[in-house]
Amino acid sequence: MSDDGASDRVAAAFADGPAFVPYLAVGDPDYESSLAYVEALAEGGADVIELGLPFSEPIAEGPTIQNAVVRALESGMTPTRFFEFVEEVDVDVPLVCMTYYNLIYQYGDEQGPRPFVEKAASVGVAGFVVPDLPAEEAGPLREACDEFGLHLISIVAPTTDEDRLERLVEVSSGYLYVQARLGVTGASSSVSDRTGESLARLSDVDLPKAVGFGISSGEQAATIVEAGADGIIVGSALVDIVAEGHERGEPTEETAARLETKARELKRGALDGYGRRTPTPEGTSD
Amino acid sequence: MSSDAGFGEPSDGEHVSAGDGKFGRYGGQYVPEALMPAIEELTDAYERYVLNNEDGFMDEFRRRIREFGGRPTPLQRADRLSERYDTEVYLKREDLLHGGAHKLNNALGQVLLAKYMGKERIIAETGAGQHGTATAMAAAHLDMPCEVYMGERDINRQRPNVFRMKINGSEVTPVTTGRGTLKEAISETMRDWATNVEDTHYVIGSVVGPHPFPRMVRDFQSLISEEAREQVIDRTGGLPDSVVACAGGGSNTMGTFHNFVGDEAVDLLAVEAGGSSLGVDAEEGVAPNSASLSTGSEGVLHGARTKLLQDGDGQIVESHSVSSGLDYAGVGPELAHLVDEGRVSPVNVDDDAALEGFHRLSQEEGIIPALETAHAFGYLHEHHDELGDVTVINVSGRGDKDLDTAIEETTKRDIPNAPDMSMFEGGLR
Repeated sequence: MSDDGASDRVAAAFADGPAFVPYLAVGDPDYESSLAYVEALAEGGADVIELGLPFSEPIAEGPTIQNAVVRALESGMTPTRFFEFVEEVDVDVPLVCMTYYNLIYQYGDEQGPRPFVEKAASVGVAGFVVPDLPAEEAGPLREACDEFGLHLISIVAPTTDEDRLERLVEVSSGYLYVQARLGVTGASSSVSDRTGESLARLSDVDLPKAVGFGISSGEQAATIVEAGADGIIVGSALVDIVAEGHERGEPTEETAARLETKARELKRGALDGYGRRTPTPEGTSD
Repeated sequence: MSSDAGFGEPSDGEHVSAGDGKFGRYGGQYVPEALMPAIEELTDAYERYVLNNEDGFMDEFRRRIREFGGRPTPLQRADRLSERYDTEVYLKREDLLHGGAHKLNNALGQVLLAKYMGKERIIAETGAGQHGTATAMAAAHLDMPCEVYMGERDINRQRPNVFRMKINGSEVTPVTTGRGTLKEAISETMRDWATNVEDTHYVIGSVVGPHPFPRMVRDFQSLISEEAREQVIDRTGGLPDSVVACAGGGSNTMGTFHNFVGDEAVDLLAVEAGGSSLGVDAEEGVAPNSASLSTGSEGVLHGARTKLLQDGDGQIVESHSVSSGLDYAGVGPELAHLVDEGRVSPVNVDDDAALEGFHRLSQEEGIIPALETAHAFGYLHEHHDELGDVTVINVSGRGDKDLDTAIEETTKRDIPNAPDMSMFEGGLR
């Protein structure tokens, strides 16, 4: 963990140019490989990394990440191992923990999110994405995040209306996770038309907007960033590479190398998209 | 409650609010943001149509559940059981509701509500297949396309219900994740809803999930106790000493208890599936039971804070019961609250006692109960001397769907009151 607070590190990741935010499930397919894979993503240009702490009922995930979660749980991943992982992994970018609320709620001796957040802060986690925690229920976690200086990153859906957006922004910090389309996570060959629409609705919100759900290629990354996104979030397309390597019995370093190559493609795509934006009178569209 | 009113508390024509969905420390809305607008829309529709009878919704619901469903269901004195246990045993015959279980009360209510809301498609999860069957019937009756998610293992355990759903015109989609039971089917239906939320209504099958589902499903199911309370007073001149219902997710339980909750002298007993033994094997990630009220701990699952079967980290463990309708790691938040308050007593019986109950009701009363329901009769057998002079038991469903399982499970155990099982060698076909 650097000396900067979590807030500064996440803000810095979005400060110059579009951020590439990859996701992997920690422990997929095992602890050691996972270390190599996350380090490969950082090497490939990740600006923030979302680390999935696997939960047995991942209701917001499509088949790709569901299977990753099963592999990770079978390899023995637990919240305690997850925190060890965050301490051990050798990367210099902010790490965001993506998990479901029950694991946050159960951790430690007292009920509620505080012990989990305290532990996460102590190992250097910069923030949380919790797909089953809408603004209505986010109060206690937000409070704990404030106490320990961590971010709570909210997901904005295509169905989120103005009223909800306002409530949601109130409990959010770090960046907004803009869900590009309805449904569950998963790579897709076409990027939703609703992305531009969603970003336009968010133009007044003073937080970086990272778009996720369905991005799998550099070209898609470019399109999304050109449409105004401050960052791209990619999960399933990377998890696919891990799954493939696992199925083939590929050596860890080969899978890691393929992840790094994919990361470079996505990061380059994001930068290309940024370059393609029509300059606004103020200079950039930031 | 007059028959032209909504399900709200009597309010002299005042508007009834849907509230915030908290039952003490339980309940809430723990779902992805993408679903929240649909849940807000549903809450609003529930308040308008169900609680305040806007556009005559409740009049239409009550008419249809009467004409299509066959309500009211009878309250029948169980003569031989009353004699055997030396206490007055009354059976609330939800097994006689159209479809053979209490599930239609909720399914018809929700599909009709979806219609009032202008939704174009129905999805549902199902465990035993009873809720899926009821939803498929209601969808056919109200001309709505319907897709039912069902765990692969449950599909194999409950073939007849799969056929019934398909014959009614519903699609049945197998869920292969996890152990392929109700928990996985709910997760998969939530994923479908998150994808198709704009034109689709998710007819959840129990008093679980995010607000307003636990309260709304309870309201539709409360027809059971609305009738039973009146019927038992009619028959015996007073309130019963105890009311017994089996409990999985808790929809027949809450429906059977709801109108008795205010009657403090009436004991309310929720009979859970004790499976093969109580407790959680955290190492294996399984609980050989479905007794979340008796042994579970507080947590968040499928949209609500409630009592769950989980390991120390908060991973949900696989539950077990001989009856797939009770085979669920969670329970309705209101039931969890009523247990904490001491208003409802959580009790349980194991698989063997349930099978004994199944055979006893079949032989002595001529009613083949669902294996879920059989748990309540297992409890009656073991604890009849603690139930007072008058007991109402909800016969939540009939057992036609369970014949294969009942024969298989009986054959491999030593069930003292079972008939000679050799006649079933080679199975039913």
